[in-house]
Amino acid sequence: MIENIDLSLVNWSRGQFALTAMYHWLFVPLTLGLSFILAFMETMYVRTGDEKWKKITRFWMTLFGINFAIGVATGIILEFEFGTNWSNYSWFVGDIFGAPLAIEGIMAFFLESTFVAVMFFGWEKVSKKFHLVSTWLVAIGANLSALWILVANAWMQYPAGMHFNPDTARNEMINFWDVLFSPVAVNKFLHTISSGFILASLFVIGISAWFILKKRELLFARRSIIVGAVFGLVASLFTILTGDGSARAMAARQPMKFAALEGLYDGMSGAPLVAVGFVGNQSDTVNNYQKDLKMKIEVPNLLSFMAFLNPNAFVPGINDMIKGNSEHNIMSAQEKIERGRVARSTLKAYKDAKDAGDSVKYNELKAKFDNPAFLENYFKYFGYGFINNPESLIPSVPISFYSFHLMVILGFYFVLICMLALRYALTNSLEQHKRFLRLAIFTIPLPFLAGQAGWIVAEMGRQPWVVQDYLPTFAAVSHIDTSAVQITFWLFAAVFTALLIAELSIMIKQVKTGPK
Amino acid sequence: MFEQLSHLALQQYWWIIISLLGSLLVFLLFVQGGETLIYSLAKNKEERSLLVNSLGRKWEFTFTTLVTFGGAFFASFPLFYSTSFGGAYWVWMAILFSFIVQAIAYEYRSKPNNVFGPKTYEVFLLINGFLGTLLLGTAVGTFFTGSQFTVNQGNIAALSNLTISQWQSPLHGLEAVANLENVALGLSVFFLSRILGILYFMNNVDNDQILERARKSLLINIFPFLIVFLYFVTRLLVSEGFAYQPGTGVVFMEKFKYLHNFLDMPLIAAFFLIGVLLVLFGIIKSIMSRTSSGIWFTGPGTVLTVFALFIVAGFNHTAFYPSVADLQSSLTIENSSSSHYTLTVMSYVSLLVPFVLAYIIYAWRAINNKKIDLGEVGSDSHAY
Repeated sequence: MIENIDLSLVNWSRGQFALTAMYHWLFVPLTLGLSFILAFMETMYVRTGDEKWKKITRFWMTLFGINFAIGVATGIILEFEFGTNWSNYSWFVGDIFGAPLAIEGIMAFFLESTFVAVMFFGWEKVSKKFHLVSTWLVAIGANLSALWILVANAWMQYPAGMHFNPDTARNEMINFWDVLFSPVAVNKFLHTISSGFILASLFVIGISAWFILKKRELLFARRSIIVGAVFGLVASLFTILTGDGSARAMAARQPMKFAALEGLYDGMSGAPLVAVGFVGNQSDTVNNYQKDLKMKIEVPNLLSFMAFLNPNAFVPGINDMIKGNSEHNIMSAQEKIERGRVARSTLKAYKDAKDAGDSVKYNELKAKFDNPAFLENYFKYFGYGFINNPESLIPSVPISFYSFHLMVILGFYFVLICMLALRYALTNSLEQHKRFLRLAIFTIPLPFLAGQAGWIVAEMGRQPWVVQDYLPTFAAVSHIDTSAVQITFWLFAAVFTALLIAELSIMIKQVKTGPK
Repeated sequence: MFEQLSHLALQQYWWIIISLLGSLLVFLLFVQGGETLIYSLAKNKEERSLLVNSLGRKWEFTFTTLVTFGGAFFASFPLFYSTSFGGAYWVWMAILFSFIVQAIAYEYRSKPNNVFGPKTYEVFLLINGFLGTLLLGTAVGTFFTGSQFTVNQGNIAALSNLTISQWQSPLHGLEAVANLENVALGLSVFFLSRILGILYFMNNVDNDQILERARKSLLINIFPFLIVFLYFVTRLLVSEGFAYQPGTGVVFMEKFKYLHNFLDMPLIAAFFLIGVLLVLFGIIKSIMSRTSSGIWFTGPGTVLTVFALFIVAGFNHTAFYPSVADLQSSLTIENSSSSHYTLTVMSYVSLLVPFVLAYIIYAWRAINNKKIDLGEVGSDSHAY
């Protein structure tokens, strides 16, 4: 049994990381998408020689710059918080997780930061083509940086390409390509960047709609909407496709998370997808954690199909994974905990034998860590050995459920908005559809909300794990005072909020000023 | 290619890369040094804008190098990352805070409706300039003087007290400022960054009044730099160092360890001496001949000097992050590194570094083909 865990420290540390990540993700998706929109617009300028395209590009570039700076500011703290607040994590998985971060720095950040300077300051100093190449390289650099950090995050959701080294008491990479091209990583990267493309597209459409309502800069607004709508439509359809891939990867590798976001307690064959519903209060006297869904509207068999491409497939529920289900060969949580404890106590005995210089016992235990049967039957459940209560393996169902459904509903709504924007722009009838224009302005904050909801699904839905099945969040935390984290939490909350206010104020002013 | 190298060779290769990144970072701290001078070298709003815009075109390189330095340290020596960042919490948080406020200061400073007014953003630049340099130098000082931590990898399997690396001082890193050597290195980096900032302005800014003040400021900053740097170097050469036995990894104190390291690695000693001479030559040349090329001597000199110091800290069986709380917990390049496979993968990625340097130089030359002046700042739509 694990003793003396300071949950207050764990929760404040989680809070600080969540605060930083959520602020960071307010700014980064706009950078990811707007950088490509700038590249499209500038390409039009270079190809046509039409100065109006240059004016359009420079306007959006000003907004890009304002947003880019604050994304950078929140990004640096995120990288270092892995060390400052999650020191055990940094060692336990640093051999794998650190590599993508370093590659991100070498391959992506320098590309982005070098050419962003040319993009901002090079208009009158370099040739048109060099400037255009720089703008494209900024877009590629920004999205390449997203690739590496998302690969690192995907590895936490689905640890692949590694083995455990008992001498160093950590996981070590044995196949880089398994880490880079794991199905979770591929889907996560594509899904996340395409959501950023939608966000930037709707940002461009919404602001352009405001100009049309104000009867200002009509050509600028119409051209911007066409670029935004085409890019947004392609991106939103692609996001649905990659979201489907992500769900399938999750069902196979994180079934508890998958069950939580659908509020599925009792697994079933031919499981329906809950389109809409509300999470009720405790509904079961035996399973006191159970909260059934109320007023739900279901689509028959769709969940089974979504998870396994088979409308009659069995989708395990939360109860199956907590109590076990022999019919479907699902091990109970208690059994996993017992096996995890064996793995941890074996490691402890191994380290003790090493420290004591007991070479006979050391070699005997070392052989276990090389034995595939021990790895499959015991070490695979290493992280469960930290867990005291099986119910703590259940993530928050209400948070997972609502976040997931909000994200999905908004995702389909964005397709509709982009289609309408494109249709009205191509038929030159935007000015006649004032209600749509107002709706487009109202839509600007919604993809930000969808992005936040997506990350809540990804990160809250996988609790209690920081590395799925291997390391629970509470075992990853640094050994520091809770009060220290509280101070920095409030400090960052105040600074980030102040900077967000400044950013919004500057951006609104720049929009009102319009293109020069 | 890299697969054939031994684990130790890869660890050494990565310590060289870390040293190179660290030394480039110190050179690029000319941005921070310049930030501390925006009020003393500029006497009005326009001149201040000129200096801020001159620095504003370079700040991202320093920032990116810092991030890459952190990422490379995480990937190649993760035990350092978890021990130092998770332990010396306050020092690292203060450094990071100073860089957070810097990142937006340039972009927001002169924008209309920036809520807090230009002065606030200039104060952010001052915070970054003073705190960033002083604390980074002080933190690196602990590479030679030690910190108060323990490391036990077996804790991950314990029933309580699960944390592998634990800091033993309640001050969580702030205790480093009680050590004169650490402070001396912190102040050395601070004054050196100001000197580099001045030399950068002399190279990049076209304004006679500012250049005149810069030259005077160079004289003011060189003496405190020499005093604290000579103090640090003298103490380094005569003090005990943290050595470890090859094979067993047992850490012990060795008299004149860092002096021995220089003597055992004459090439590194030569780098150090040439580096210091280049630093001084660039400064003296700038004072005597009114040249704008001082940065091209003092900058590379800084890189050579700092590179040599990093090598001395980690090579020749030296614990690069020593523990004074438990000597055997000290971190060496051998006991804190990533696996052979990970270092091999990363080494292939490191082959991109020359290409990165090449395109940085190309892009810099493209947008810095002439000095920045008041007219350019006034006409630039993206002026800071």
